[in-house]
Amino acid sequence: MRSKPRDTQSASLGLRAAALFALLFLHIPLALILLYTLTVEETAFTFPLPGVTTKWFPETWSRFVGECAPPIVSSVLSEECRTDLWNALTLSLTVATIATAIALVLGTLTALAVSGSKFFGRETISFLVVLPIALPGIVTGIALRSTLGLLDIPFSFWTIVIGHATFCIVTVYNNVIARLRRTSGSLIEASMDLGANTFQTFRHVVLPNVATALLAGGMLAFALSFDEVIVTAFTAGQQNTLPIWIFSQLVRPRDRPVTNVVAVFVIAITTIPILLAHRLTSRDQL
Amino acid sequence: MATTSSTRPGLLRRLSTFLFLHPTLSLILLLAPPLLWLGVIYLGSLFALLVQSFFRLDDFSGKIVRDFSLTNYLQLTSRANIDIIARTAGMATAVTLACGLIAFPLAYYIARYAAPRAKGFLYLAVLLPLWSSYLVRVYSWKLILAKEGIISWVVEKLGLTPALDAILQTPIIGGPSLSFSMLGMFFVFVYIWLPYMILPIQAALERIPKSLIEAAGDLGARPGETFRTVILPLAFPGVVAGSIFTFSLTLGDYIIPSIIGNSSFLIGAVVLAHQGTSGNVPLAAAFTVVPMIIMGVYLSIAKRLGAFDAL
Amino acid sequence: MSTSSTSLPAVRFSNVSKHFGDVKAVDNVSTDILDGEFFSMLGPSGSGKTTCLRLIAGFEMPTSGSIQLHGQEVSGLPPYERDVNTVFQDYALFPHMSVGENIAYGLMIKNAPKAEREKRADDMLEMVRLPGFAKRRPSQLSGGQRQRVALARALINRPRVLLLDEPLGALDLKLRQQMQIELKAIQKQVGITFIFVTHDQEEALTMSDRIAVFNHGRIEQIGSPAEIYEHPQTAFVAGFVGVSNLITGEAASAITGSPATFSIRPEKIHLCEAGAAVSDGECFADGCIREVVYLGVNTRYAVALNGGGDLTVVQQNLESTSMDVLGAQGRSVRLVWRREHNRVISSQ
Repeated sequence: MRSKPRDTQSASLGLRAAALFALLFLHIPLALILLYTLTVEETAFTFPLPGVTTKWFPETWSRFVGECAPPIVSSVLSEECRTDLWNALTLSLTVATIATAIALVLGTLTALAVSGSKFFGRETISFLVVLPIALPGIVTGIALRSTLGLLDIPFSFWTIVIGHATFCIVTVYNNVIARLRRTSGSLIEASMDLGANTFQTFRHVVLPNVATALLAGGMLAFALSFDEVIVTAFTAGQQNTLPIWIFSQLVRPRDRPVTNVVAVFVIAITTIPILLAHRLTSRDQL
Repeated sequence: MATTSSTRPGLLRRLSTFLFLHPTLSLILLLAPPLLWLGVIYLGSLFALLVQSFFRLDDFSGKIVRDFSLTNYLQLTSRANIDIIARTAGMATAVTLACGLIAFPLAYYIARYAAPRAKGFLYLAVLLPLWSSYLVRVYSWKLILAKEGIISWVVEKLGLTPALDAILQTPIIGGPSLSFSMLGMFFVFVYIWLPYMILPIQAALERIPKSLIEAAGDLGARPGETFRTVILPLAFPGVVAGSIFTFSLTLGDYIIPSIIGNSSFLIGAVVLAHQGTSGNVPLAAAFTVVPMIIMGVYLSIAKRLGAFDAL
Repeated sequence: MSTSSTSLPAVRFSNVSKHFGDVKAVDNVSTDILDGEFFSMLGPSGSGKTTCLRLIAGFEMPTSGSIQLHGQEVSGLPPYERDVNTVFQDYALFPHMSVGENIAYGLMIKNAPKAEREKRADDMLEMVRLPGFAKRRPSQLSGGQRQRVALARALINRPRVLLLDEPLGALDLKLRQQMQIELKAIQKQVGITFIFVTHDQEEALTMSDRIAVFNHGRIEQIGSPAEIYEHPQTAFVAGFVGVSNLITGEAASAITGSPATFSIRPEKIHLCEAGAAVSDGECFADGCIREVVYLGVNTRYAVALNGGGDLTVVQQNLESTSMDVLGAQGRSVRLVWRREHNRVISSQ
């Protein structure tokens, strides 16, 4: 028991302070947003808060569900009756769902191919999968946009999905390939040896073994897509995803209190899948 | 006991056998969908972008002329554009250095001192910001850097307001307020990309076998000397790996410059302006080639320093 | 089934080669493995023995040559079309299934009814002496228990040939020796051909009916354990199976009068006083003890011969103590052994 190196016993005060500083630096800003959801101010970010209110939560809620008087004559958008947030949210959710589904299929196929055999060009394929998030987002964004322009393809829901699926492949790929590497290759051989053909082996052995990795990769892909703005801004045209709504609020603030509440909502909705994904794959990272 | 039940399992089995005996064909079938997607849609777009960077915008009609010219690349070498490129590279360098300095102690603490439970908790504490909403994290700094925000309040309480004003009046890094300055952008960049630096350093530190540190101690090195002669050199590839992220992400970002700053500050924002407001897509395309070239050079250096083993 | 199959060899290799790039993992091997025998493939790592096993299982296809199982050509058949099952070195138990589900996997694939699957899985667990383990997870088992489960899983399909890829490699010595006896007993009980890959010569000698010694992708020698041990035909076999002294050239001439290389086992040599009498039919060599290693049951001496070269001699510690033997270092001795223990090695 005494064979542990000395430095595992305790860290120096300076190191502890520096580590604590980095940790606080990472987390205090997010805590501040939570605080600001309670401010009474509408046009400034005064600190300390001049007053405390909870009215922005119901206010934001109404922007999601559109609790407003004239439900039929929707061509006239009155100040009180806007469901812009609801539209942005549903668009974001739909895009994320479809992009995740595409990424799941493509990422899994790539991982199976790369792990299953040693072929010339494996490295290139891994590289190609990582490239869309390794290159600056603006490059991916403007490349897709200019291609759409060259081919005269109008912006649509699907142009957003294409962009998102492209950079989501890597999260699925990384999770699945990590699991496949940890899984002994002889499992597949054992299954075939016991009489199962390729498809039966996939169904009874490969799929159950990568299931949690798929789930984790899918959730991360969902979180990535749900939050993406850099590429989306180039492929969305006139449509607003939730991040684009937030972005426009940041450039030209109109509803600061509502933005605060939405920001907290977004943190919550992205944190949950990340925590779950982490739980599902924590053994792969060891 | 031959296959009698139905024809369908027999068919699948025959298909399976065919694929088993033709592994190359199976591989092609597996890879075809992802390669078509990434190769055609993604690489195709990148290629189209490259092609467009050789087109040019007709100044009179405002239309894009589709013939080969180096106009855009010549324009890149103008004084103003060189300034933008230099400013962006300088910002990326500064952000990378700051991230390295802040990240190392935390990564070191997580890797070498934290007890298993604390380690899991700290790892998550770094991972969560990495994955949580980028925009919201930028937004949080809008609150912090605001003229009436928390930094100004703290500075005022400390009686340092004149010092802050003096800094803001410094050319290049200053600006009308913290939330509209290079200095403010620097803070936000460091904050946003910090987790990308912590994790590779931590991974590199975790991989150093305890026996190496014991061996160094055994051979008479004091803790400080062990750190300098054993730990730091072995952790360095991790630092370089982290710097690839911080550098590349800073080079290509346009959200932070357009929220905290001026759209003429950095490459990303300029590209956005060219392709959006002025409609000069060819020039924007040529601009995006710059960060790609810088990253190409950076990656080849990083590769030589062994950073890819640490990823 | 056909009636004549018993007279056919279980496995027939005809000029089988397997190349990985430039590496000849298996180099033109031809041999028969008889029905019902316990056949070991012995050799160092990289000698081609595991590749041969994988060729039989169908995980690899031969580059050239043909492989027959009970007279049927299988070179183009995938593993799931072959009446052969494998016990893997790492056991390859499916981590997401219980022990019972693991064992019944082959039956599940064949769409056997659930009741039959469970019944037969229980029977198999009985046979490998793990009754009542069906509900456990592989991760809850010890190495030895996993090994038994892997064996039960491979046998439930009632294959005609069972392939075992160093299945005891991960077990500790005591357990390994116990499993050697059990494996042999199970093979007698089920009466099917066992093909056993190992790099452990003692294991091969203990269990096998016949042994093939592999080196560089070729079979150096095939024979019963006694033949392999007592009549090694090549220098490699003599050195790999047990410990052997190889005596060549002038040293050989000095002892036998012929320069032909021969081997002599260390335990066949008597360590005698210098100048001891030598009777007819005995060889001798004089030297001095260079090194003594006390091994408990016996003692190993390295003797530097006056005529050049070293001989290793092993003597049982029948009456001697560690004090006696360790004091022998540096002493002049005469080594005496019976001429018929010399094995002339065919030159290659």
